[in-house]
Amino acid sequence: MTEASVSSFPAASGPNLATRRLRALLAEPKVTIGGGFILALIAIALFAPWIAPKNPLDQDLMLASLPPAGLASAEPGYYLGTDDLGRDVLSRLIYGARIALIVAFVAASLAALAGTALGLLAGWYRGWVDGLISRLVDIWMAFPPVLLSILLVAVLGAGVGSVIAAIAIIDWTRFCRVVRAETMAQAQADYVTAAHAIGFPPFHILMREILPNVVPALLALVSLEMGIAVIVEAILSFVGLSVSSDTPTWGGMIAEGRQFIHQTWWVFAAPLAALFATVLAFNQLGDGLRRALDPVLRR
Amino acid sequence: MIALAVLRRLLVALATLVGVAIVVFVLLRVVPGDPVAMMISPGASAADVAALRAHYGLDGSLLSQFAVWVRYALRGDFGTSISLHRDVLALLGERLPATLELATAALEFAVIVGGATAIAGAMARRTWAESVIDAVNGLLLAIPDFVWALALVLAFGVVWPLLPLTGRVNPSVAAGMATPFYFAESLARLRFDVFFDLLKHLALPTLALGLPLAAVIARVLKGALNEAMAQDYVLLARLKGMSELRLVLQEALRNAIGPTLALTGVQFTFLIGGTVIIERIFAYPGIGNMAIEAVINRDLPLIQGLVLVFAVIFILINIAVDLLVALFNPRLRHA
Amino acid sequence: MTAPILSIRRLSAASKLEDAQPILRRVSLDLAPGETLGLVGESGAGKSTIAKALLGVLPRTVRITHGEILFEGRDLMITPRRETRAIFGDAIALVPQDPMTALNPGRRIEAQLTDGLRLRRGMNARAAHKRALELLAEVRIADPERVLRAYPHQLSGGMRQRVLIAAAFALEPKIIVADEPTTALDVTVQKQILRLIRQMQEAHRTAVIFVTHDLGVVAQICDRVTLLFAGAVIESGPTADILSTPRHPYTRALIAAGPRYDRPEAGLKPVPEALVAELRLEVEGVGG
Repeated sequence: MTEASVSSFPAASGPNLATRRLRALLAEPKVTIGGGFILALIAIALFAPWIAPKNPLDQDLMLASLPPAGLASAEPGYYLGTDDLGRDVLSRLIYGARIALIVAFVAASLAALAGTALGLLAGWYRGWVDGLISRLVDIWMAFPPVLLSILLVAVLGAGVGSVIAAIAIIDWTRFCRVVRAETMAQAQADYVTAAHAIGFPPFHILMREILPNVVPALLALVSLEMGIAVIVEAILSFVGLSVSSDTPTWGGMIAEGRQFIHQTWWVFAAPLAALFATVLAFNQLGDGLRRALDPVLRR
Repeated sequence: MIALAVLRRLLVALATLVGVAIVVFVLLRVVPGDPVAMMISPGASAADVAALRAHYGLDGSLLSQFAVWVRYALRGDFGTSISLHRDVLALLGERLPATLELATAALEFAVIVGGATAIAGAMARRTWAESVIDAVNGLLLAIPDFVWALALVLAFGVVWPLLPLTGRVNPSVAAGMATPFYFAESLARLRFDVFFDLLKHLALPTLALGLPLAAVIARVLKGALNEAMAQDYVLLARLKGMSELRLVLQEALRNAIGPTLALTGVQFTFLIGGTVIIERIFAYPGIGNMAIEAVINRDLPLIQGLVLVFAVIFILINIAVDLLVALFNPRLRHA
Repeated sequence: MTAPILSIRRLSAASKLEDAQPILRRVSLDLAPGETLGLVGESGAGKSTIAKALLGVLPRTVRITHGEILFEGRDLMITPRRETRAIFGDAIALVPQDPMTALNPGRRIEAQLTDGLRLRRGMNARAAHKRALELLAEVRIADPERVLRAYPHQLSGGMRQRVLIAAAFALEPKIIVADEPTTALDVTVQKQILRLIRQMQEAHRTAVIFVTHDLGVVAQICDRVTLLFAGAVIESGPTADILSTPRHPYTRALIAAGPRYDRPEAGLKPVPEALVAELRLEVEGVGG
């Protein structure tokens, strides 16, 4: 009996929490596959000028509406064909990844920051602070998100900045709710009460005791949010409210391709496939993160 | 008591609605780009511009504008659309039924398909079939309605051109419909030609809107069913000689619906929100499509009216879900 | 004694999982018609496994490796499904342990009570309703009409257990497996329920296998008792004999371990570890 009780405690030496978590992360296939795809996409976006075969803005009406490689009357060098203005689809696709990823990372981070800050406040102080913030969340969630984003971009003017701001302004509620619930639960914990009794200021407690326990759930949510951000950007550029029409975006390509979908379906299909794959990757990554970092689910 | 709870919810809803109105109002007044300037012909005098501005209530301070708008709104007058030159309320009334038909169809689709999948999955508990269902469902969960809609356009526009890609109904077929509620009216008047034409046009938008919700329902309901099936009362029922299907439907389902509703109820509001872009993609004449047009045209009165309509729908759905959850929990019902 | 209605012969079972621990080791016991047999053991001794085997609901992770279960002369292990359907849940019924979870919270009592009558005896709604009222009266429920219309959460724990007992006797089973039916109840209610089970059993001439870890319960209502440890039978015989002159040291330790309400200052005496260790060795030698 006595041997049993000693061996049930974690070893004093050996890998610490961070390393063990990292190992758990990498053991989860969804994380490696999803994360791997995203990393590859980041690389592609970063090295776009060197990877893209052609200039995405170059128009050549002599080479307009060419099918992708392998089909009849395809032109060598234009692997995914060209659109009605003779622009290379593959190159535009590669450059489109830049916008998608920039929006994804920045918007998701901003939304997470704002939502987490407000969630921590609401969960810790409760009372009228929580009442106000919760009422704000309710009002926000009464808006159809797509409509609100279109409205915001119309108000703020077209451009990547507006798109990022719009997404962050709309989706902070998602983070706020989760962080608020977590904070409320954590605030009951004994070690928090102890820290409070000792006299640590709330900010210190929030940062040192509560936030670290919220981070795993946050990470998964951020990954999910990035997927959502990519979609929202695509919707906005589809409707014509994102960046200027010259800069290639997947949504814009889809909208253009829609016009001539019967003649040049590849202009429509290629960015759609890229969009689908990217969203799926962020989704799987978020799912995998949640599973790997959740102490209850981990087996 | 239930009555008190409902009253409280309604009051909160009203407060939320007021908040929404304020937010929209303020947001729109910050707009760079003067809608009035877009409407007048060049060479108009300053007096004409001022008169137009006054006509649309765009003069005066923010507060006075809001007060005026509220006063009129309470009387049912939501102003005149700047881009369409018609009464906002009338426009809303024309287009809302189409969106309601679409949303209802998508909801029914999601419940039927999602529910059937969940029941099949629960009956295949702990077999390879369940793993397959889980994997496929997991994948489908990741696809938003926007992507579904585009994929369906590709599939049914290019690969198998079976269904119409745009519109709500063939105008020549639907001539003679008295109300904007085409679906109900065509059934009531036994106009099956209109009915089937409506179905053909509804098919793709309904699929696009309904599939994400179906995937969510399938996952949550299956989880709740599995949890119920592990309970002792199911063992007792099994000993009574019931078939697996009967066990799931008669014993487990009623205890699984409550928790499922609580978790998925909010998803239905996402479905309503999704009508905005789905209607746009399929050129479906509902309020979602109109909303995008209104924003692009900076049509302030119309935008305000539309946002309020959406907010009211959202709030009503939330209340309905809460009531249904309470209904399905016998403990709450008797409390 | 007359021919036993149930005869378990050298039943052995093991877990299908990695470590393949034996769960039952050559368990043999007999049950005479109309008799109450106590099946006693600590947690993990194997009594639940025997109960599940008798009801045909062994989990997929457990495998019967040896032995037979003879019900009215037929080995249930090899009887085809078609025929066992009339036995499990019908000729052999269950009174479950936890009345809180054994009733469907979403269905009224009447529905749950009349299920068996309608499914297995083909009764129509009216006949089943009448029979349900009779059964509730038998288990001494004061306002049977109200109870039938009620939902489980509207009844107390004791009432729910009475309903479950009524449901178990509804089909006039030959054997009832009572799986620790009083464990989840208050002590005051326990006595009533035990007495009720005894009365019902005598009235319907049903044999009862009473699974429990509590020798006190056994003393109250069991004619004979079988003690299990780590899946093997330690001792078996008439209750009075076993409790007054226990032969095996484990039995003696179990009896001694019971709280003495007349001498509370005596404290509790758990079964000594040395005895448990010795017993393990002895039992594992018996083999699985």
